[in-house]
Amino acid sequence: MNYPEIVRIAETKKETENIKTFRFKYNKKVRPGQFFMVWISGVDEIPMSVSYTDNFKGITVEQVGEATKALFKMKKGDKIGIRGPYGNGFKTPKGKVLFVAGGTGIIPVASLIEKIKKKNAVVVFGAKTKKKLFFMDRIKKSKLLISTDNGSFGYHGFASELVEEALRKEKFNSIITCGPEKMMKKILDLGIKHKIPVQASLERFMKCGIGICDSCAINGYHVCKDGPVFDDKTLGKMKDFGKFKREASGRRVRI
Amino acid sequence: MKLSTEISGLKLRNPTILASGILGETGGTLLNVARNGAGAVTTKSIGIKPKKGNKNPTVLETEYGLINAVGLANPGIDNYENEIKTALKSKIPVIGSVFGKNKKEFVLVSKKMENFGVNAIELNMSCPHARGYGVEIGEDKKIVYDIVKNVKKTVDVPVFVKISVHTNILSLAKNIEFAKADAIVAINSLRGMKIDLDLKIPVLSNKIGGYSGPGIKPVGVRTVYEIASNVKIPVIGCGGVMNGKDAVEYMMAGASAVQIGSGVYYRGVDVFKKICDEIKLWMKKNGYKRIDEIIGVALK
Ligand SMILES: Cc1cc2nc3c(=O)[nH]c(=O)nc-3n(C[C@H](O)[C@H](O)[C@H](O)COP(=O)(O)O)c2cc1C
Ligand code: FES
Repeated sequence: MNYPEIVRIAETKKETENIKTFRFKYNKKVRPGQFFMVWISGVDEIPMSVSYTDNFKGITVEQVGEATKALFKMKKGDKIGIRGPYGNGFKTPKGKVLFVAGGTGIIPVASLIEKIKKKNAVVVFGAKTKKKLFFMDRIKKSKLLISTDNGSFGYHGFASELVEEALRKEKFNSIITCGPEKMMKKILDLGIKHKIPVQASLERFMKCGIGICDSCAINGYHVCKDGPVFDDKTLGKMKDFGKFKREASGRRVRI
Repeated sequence: MKLSTEISGLKLRNPTILASGILGETGGTLLNVARNGAGAVTTKSIGIKPKKGNKNPTVLETEYGLINAVGLANPGIDNYENEIKTALKSKIPVIGSVFGKNKKEFVLVSKKMENFGVNAIELNMSCPHARGYGVEIGEDKKIVYDIVKNVKKTVDVPVFVKISVHTNILSLAKNIEFAKADAIVAINSLRGMKIDLDLKIPVLSNKIGGYSGPGIKPVGVRTVYEIASNVKIPVIGCGGVMNGKDAVEYMMAGASAVQIGSGVYYRGVDVFKKICDEIKLWMKKNGYKRIDEIIGVALK
């Protein structure tokens, strides 16, 4: 039943100044790329990518709004409500995979990277600064290409530039990306140019999480149900991808 | 076999209509619902200004249905023209659902809806959980009469009035008929609540929500039956329609068509196609050639 199950936080871990991981027991099976609706009682219920998909589940949260701030303050033993997992998750890619994560976009892909043979994965990870890089120990066994906007670590510039270079040097069978939508739009265009299938994980404002309220709609698709992961073919049909999103009221606004 | 039906001049290719508030906020989604076989689509209820709605949790599943308190979230009528334009590409009737807190708002939003090109207006006088709106207006039959009369004076497209069972439905229905409305939609969701046993608090942020789905069907059927027995204008049945037999039952009770909301959750967005197929199967078994022949057969 689509109803929150109350779980106790078993472990917390600070990832960066602004990002924390919360681990808890929740027995339902989860695929990388799926999400939970996380209820912080008295505050809100928000969609969160699952960052640890094994039996000891985890969500990783950046403090951005009221709900994430409240969650950030929670400690071991505190109760949260979990429903889901929702959405489709990533299709397990075959062959050589290029992962492209921007900022917190690493959260849903980390557990997929861990599942791929290390010789088959190249990870491009871009962040604003060195201090905003996290999950490095989870992805370090793969070939890593890191960029920071200010040059404090790795390549000084955007992740998409590293992607262009990687695509020139090596052949890939698929691209998996999550991060700011403008970045993902660039990656999609690169994928199309090089004829490599792309999967991108989208984010939209959500209420129900179960495909009935229409708040997460993008050109007739529902991010909570048809997504959050979409392939290049579908993304190509979404006129709003990389351009427009919807506010809580449903009003369409520029990204 | 003919599934077509008519509501005060509004022709539908089949009697399944998307209910307001389920999947109907954006034009692209309304188009997709049309592609999945609906006879008509109803928009989310639209008001005068953008409204964020309630904090989550806003939608929950319970044993026999859903409980929601979305809180009339909507982009506001002035941001809605493109959604309607997109929905109209479907070539099936688009019903614009309107809410307001007084006559002025209802009239203004209805007029704009009509200008955007909707084929009918549905006045939501029955939201069970939003303060100052919905049932709080819909339970006063004089106010309802006044609003319906004024909206009717302002627009030319058919006007439907969606009512709640948390009212004296018979006198309300008669007033709606006096005010020259073109149809009555019954019913909206019922006031409900869900308490979490672990946290010991109501789960919805709004505490009270609207209960919909299979559990409310008998209430809906009874309401349609009573209304259809007492007024002459068409009735559109709503509440717990999950399959073809449910639709047939509502139509026997006097409904000219049915609206489907929670059914989208239980059976997917192609619930409209599925229900039409099931209606046809029922008609075949029972020797009916036209679905409109069964409207009201149970009323005698
Ligand atoms: C999530 C949700 C949102 C709804 N929003 C509206 C709304 O904006 N306006 C309205 O008139 N009814 C709204 N309703 C009520 C439905 O249109 C319908 O009357 C009710 O759900 C009963 O039908 P059902 O059992 O087929 O769902 C909503 C129902 C649900 C479940
Ligand atoms: S969040 Fe409600 S439809 Fe996706």
